Amino acid sequence: MDWNLLITQVLNGLQLGLLLFLLASGLTLIFGIMDFINLSHGSFYMIGAYFCGTVVSMSGSLLAGIVVGLVCTFAIGAAVEWFIARRLYRSDHLDHVLVTFGLILVFDTLVHMIWGAAGMAIRLPDVLNGQVSLGTLVLPTYRLVIITSGLLVAAILYIMVSKTRLGMLIRAGASNRTMVEALGVNINKLFLIVFAIGATMSGFAGMLIAPITEASIGMGNEIIIIAFVVVIVGGIGSIKGAFYAALIIGLMDTLGRSYLDDVLELSMPTQYAETAAPALSAMLVYILMAVVLAFRPQGLFPPAGSK
Amino acid sequence: MRILPKTVSAGVYTGFLALLAIAPWIFSVIDEPFYLDLLSRGLILAIAALSLNLILGYGGMVSLGHAAYLGIGAYCVGIPAYYDFYNGWLHLGLTVLVSGLFALVTGAICLRTKGVYFIMITLAFSQMVYFTFVSLEEYGGDDGLVIYLRSEFPTWLSMESPVALYYWIFTVLLITLFFIHRLVHARFGRVIVGSRFNEDRMQSLGYSTYRYRLTCYVISGVICGIAGMLLGNFTSFISPEMMGWTRSGELIFMVVIGGAGTLFGPLVGTAAFVFLEEFLSYITIYWHLIFGLMLIALVLFGKGGIHGWLSAFDRKEKRG
Repeated sequence: MDWNLLITQVLNGLQLGLLLFLLASGLTLIFGIMDFINLSHGSFYMIGAYFCGTVVSMSGSLLAGIVVGLVCTFAIGAAVEWFIARRLYRSDHLDHVLVTFGLILVFDTLVHMIWGAAGMAIRLPDVLNGQVSLGTLVLPTYRLVIITSGLLVAAILYIMVSKTRLGMLIRAGASNRTMVEALGVNINKLFLIVFAIGATMSGFAGMLIAPITEASIGMGNEIIIIAFVVVIVGGIGSIKGAFYAALIIGLMDTLGRSYLDDVLELSMPTQYAETAAPALSAMLVYILMAVVLAFRPQGLFPPAGSK
Repeated sequence: MRILPKTVSAGVYTGFLALLAIAPWIFSVIDEPFYLDLLSRGLILAIAALSLNLILGYGGMVSLGHAAYLGIGAYCVGIPAYYDFYNGWLHLGLTVLVSGLFALVTGAICLRTKGVYFIMITLAFSQMVYFTFVSLEEYGGDDGLVIYLRSEFPTWLSMESPVALYYWIFTVLLITLFFIHRLVHARFGRVIVGSRFNEDRMQSLGYSTYRYRLTCYVISGVICGIAGMLLGNFTSFISPEMMGWTRSGELIFMVVIGGAGTLFGPLVGTAAFVFLEEFLSYITIYWHLIFGLMLIALVLFGKGGIHGWLSAFDRKEKRG
């Protein structure tokens, strides 16, 4: 067995998992606290990448791009909450679906109008563009940067949620929103902050991945659906659940794609295994979701005391 | 028996159907075969929207994965055709079987949940089907599959010519309308609508709402699968793109703008959608922007859809 390949794939899985966590942590809070289904959460992922890319190409500094990108996604997230989402928290889920589907179309087309149909490549500074070698193992530096920053954000989020007053309100809101309201908390402000922070984290994930994949229209729409699966598997409203589920799903998806054909070859002829493996690995994540739902419909780590 | 329809909206709809029945003749007189294409496509989408309306409008189950059935139906034509099996009954049987089975298995899981969960899980399962077909290289993967011959039925049932295919689609549409009308007015439909409003009460009346819902979900899936089978025959080119989740979103739009939970609402909604799509994409390539803004406006400001406006006429008339 090629151990170097395995380690590379595990790191790739970890990278996907952490990106999923950045998306899913905001999503799970928006679902859990506001009971709002936000299909357009992936749009912030795309918008973040485009803003960051534009600033990088103008200033040449990735750091400046990320700072501007974070500020812009925060502002746009807050605006969406203020003008649209806020009016709909009490209405039907069907309304949420229609409005946020409309928002996706609007954001995708606006990006098309402003930046054109072609994708946008983001140049990495030379420091991050190299490779790190550990013995026989050679790893791209930037992948390690993604993993480190993903873990860093997770840690910050953990401290914020478990140690600060805002975090306490967020946890309380996820467990029992009505009670939080009844205790006189300014729930509108809390919702605004949660929504905007969620948008910012989604945007951050987009900025992190764009130097590898380049920014493109609709880039968020594919990954957001896996992020939904993460939210369901982890339990709606649970950051801890989102973290573990994101890592499990990231690893499972990446390793499934690279090793499933070898596993299948043990039990069937090579030619069938080569046809079945890609199809099966595409389904793996959803099968996991179905299994979790069958045995634990509330998810693996539902927030404490939630219904 | 009444000759004249009872209400304004019923009159409008009867006229609408009569117009559809003679549409191929009209288009041949004005020599515009393109419109027949457009109308055929519209009616197929209308059948799909009708099937979605059964669970979404009447049953209150917001499925964001209904396009999967369009794809399943289309591939039930495409894959046999790939192996040179063109028998139409085989295609139809396969469509009913596969879409019914898929609806049964996924429905059994989805319907254990509610609200946000239900929406996301239906979406996730449809993406699963989407990615499965993308990864099936044998059947074209991402690039799709060309269907060289339409499903073969006995001569008098053939769907080879565009007009014949149109009447196939129109007949399926009429059957679907009639079937749904009977279904929702039967006890079955009452239970489905009743459990949308108050599930606890239906349960305490002794109905196993889960089983009723699952049955309804399967019926809806099969109808949409048949729409997909027609779509495969109509486009003669199928790809996973047909079951992308944006198509599911568009189907919801068609149901809602026409008036969810009404018999003809989805038909009107589909007409509105196809018209908008053609008209807006004719004036600008950025038509999705306008469409998106309309969706947002529809939710924030409008209620009841087009059917709502028509029935407002009915109410006025009753009062006057």
